[in-house]
Amino acid sequence: MTFADHLIVLPVAIPALAAPAALLVMRRRRALGVAIGFASCLALLVTALAVMAQVSGGATLAYAVGAWPAPFGIVLVADRLAAMMLVLTSCLGLIALTHAVITRADRKGWHFHPLFQFQLMGLNGAFLTGDLFNLFVFFEVLLIASYGLMLHGQGAARLKAGVQYVVVNLVGSSVFLIALGMLYALTGTLNMADMGLRVAAVAAEDQGMLRVAALLLVSVFALKAAVVPLHLWLPRTYAVATPAVAALFAIMTKVGVYSIIRVVPQVFGEGAGAAAWAGAPWLLPAALLSACVGFAGVFVARTMSEQAAYGVIGSAGTLLIAVASWSAASLGAGLYYLAHSTLAAAALFLVADVTARRRRAYGDTASPGPAFADRSAVGLMFMIAAIATCGLPPLSGFIGKLLILRSVAALPDWGWAWSVILVTTFFGVVGFARVGSTVFWKVREDRETPAAPVTRRADLAAPALALALLAALAAGAGWATAYADAAAAQVLDPAQSAAAVLTEAAP
Amino acid sequence: MMSYEFLVASAIGVLVAAGVFLALRARTFQVVLGLTLISYAVNLFLFASGRLVIGRPPIWDKAVSNYADPLPQALVLTAIVITFGMTAFVVILALRGFLESGSDHVDGDTVPCDPQDGMAAKNATVAPDVEDAQP
Repeated sequence: MTFADHLIVLPVAIPALAAPAALLVMRRRRALGVAIGFASCLALLVTALAVMAQVSGGATLAYAVGAWPAPFGIVLVADRLAAMMLVLTSCLGLIALTHAVITRADRKGWHFHPLFQFQLMGLNGAFLTGDLFNLFVFFEVLLIASYGLMLHGQGAARLKAGVQYVVVNLVGSSVFLIALGMLYALTGTLNMADMGLRVAAVAAEDQGMLRVAALLLVSVFALKAAVVPLHLWLPRTYAVATPAVAALFAIMTKVGVYSIIRVVPQVFGEGAGAAAWAGAPWLLPAALLSACVGFAGVFVARTMSEQAAYGVIGSAGTLLIAVASWSAASLGAGLYYLAHSTLAAAALFLVADVTARRRRAYGDTASPGPAFADRSAVGLMFMIAAIATCGLPPLSGFIGKLLILRSVAALPDWGWAWSVILVTTFFGVVGFARVGSTVFWKVREDRETPAAPVTRRADLAAPALALALLAALAAGAGWATAYADAAAAQVLDPAQSAAAVLTEAAP
Repeated sequence: MMSYEFLVASAIGVLVAAGVFLALRARTFQVVLGLTLISYAVNLFLFASGRLVIGRPPIWDKAVSNYADPLPQALVLTAIVITFGMTAFVVILALRGFLESGSDHVDGDTVPCDPQDGMAAKNATVAPDVEDAQP
């Protein structure tokens, strides 16, 4: 085997090696630990781009871990969708790490950098794995790292939200395992490609159980994606987490959406009997409700970080509206919007943090405060991030929403989808305009202005980077949408990828 | 005559029912106990997914044609390790939450508890909302 054949395992292996290395050197030589974190993130970005270059022609790469042949051992599978998620994760990781280091948020505890690397490892593994139980294991890796990161910095509010976050996810993990047990009992395999082939042969009397298993699995993914009514854990958790961490968490809900996109067509596709397109009748109403609840939260939010958290729910809902019909065109539009909404949410969390750092005691509350340094620059950034999140031109959110609107117009429920997307956009605009004008324009003169805080402008770098990526996504929309459409077509053709997995990774 | 399958199935059912009941309680300790019971039930369930067989060799051998499925046992082992770690973590987290906010309620700080015996204080007053305590 050449080095290129092992490329696909690197996104998991690099952070797995970087995390303990950072842990070892952190106490004695901080700078070296930070350097290891950055080196790992840069290496991940390069690797992800290399994987993307390999699969962009339409190939499905399969890697048998430990050379155990395909249906028995664990396989890692990279196709266009997985490569896209890898690139997105590494970009986001780099932005979040930069912000954490510049704002010194990583110094509030010893283990920020190791936990950050383990988080990236769990995310990359979840995107790459072709085995359902392995998907569970990588979910647990990314969850336990996220527990640590979410509590980073401590404080009563974080601990309180942390208990709820952990308990909800433990229940979710239990349901995941129950669904896995049922699927293994019915099909005798855990390899996704193999299961997709065997699920058609499930006996008629077991169809009910298959359906229950499929629905349980989709519910767990919906819990991770924070789809209404399973969204209640998200706003508090994200609003109290350290902002750099919250920016990274913007991709955590997308892991849930990704798992739905990956597992449903591959395992519960057309030939799955009673479980065909599991949850399809409920997915669209839940997505519509998520968009409504999310942007209603944006409308009434009291702080900027809470508003960003509700924006995450709303954008996940909009994304699932596109996914719910399982047509190639709308899924392609959804994948483009997925990349956009992740970056936009991260940018909002970072801008909220930059504002809070300058307003000192006022934090990022949506109330008039003193005049603060760099008000126009930060306000401009907030406006750009808000425009992106709402989906106004000229940024990529507009293109994404336009594509979604166009692709769902052919569907029977298009009236609901159109009205929800357009009305929630309006409420989002009003909500962001309210908070932005209060924070950046209204200056309370009667209170004494705190001494201008000595902040350097370096902390504007990370949010600016996120916004620059959004602009690049809009500028390169032709290429990006072509890639997303190709990825969607590949996901919806599971037979081809199953053949690739079962022959390439076979002995 | 009660069959082996019925015994295992009802044991899993009772464990899940008790676990769900406890997980819905207000206090963190009861919630942790509930999660533990649910994870026991899940482990039994995973074990049963390889079919319940008696008196078969546990691993494959060329000489035997009938053997117990070893994969669910490996899955259970993984699940036990993960849930053990998670439970330990959530116990510590609940304890820290209790010591920091003075309340062991999952949903926040409504009923402050006496740290001595863990019971709700007699003259309990509503604690100020920490989040709104900004100037």
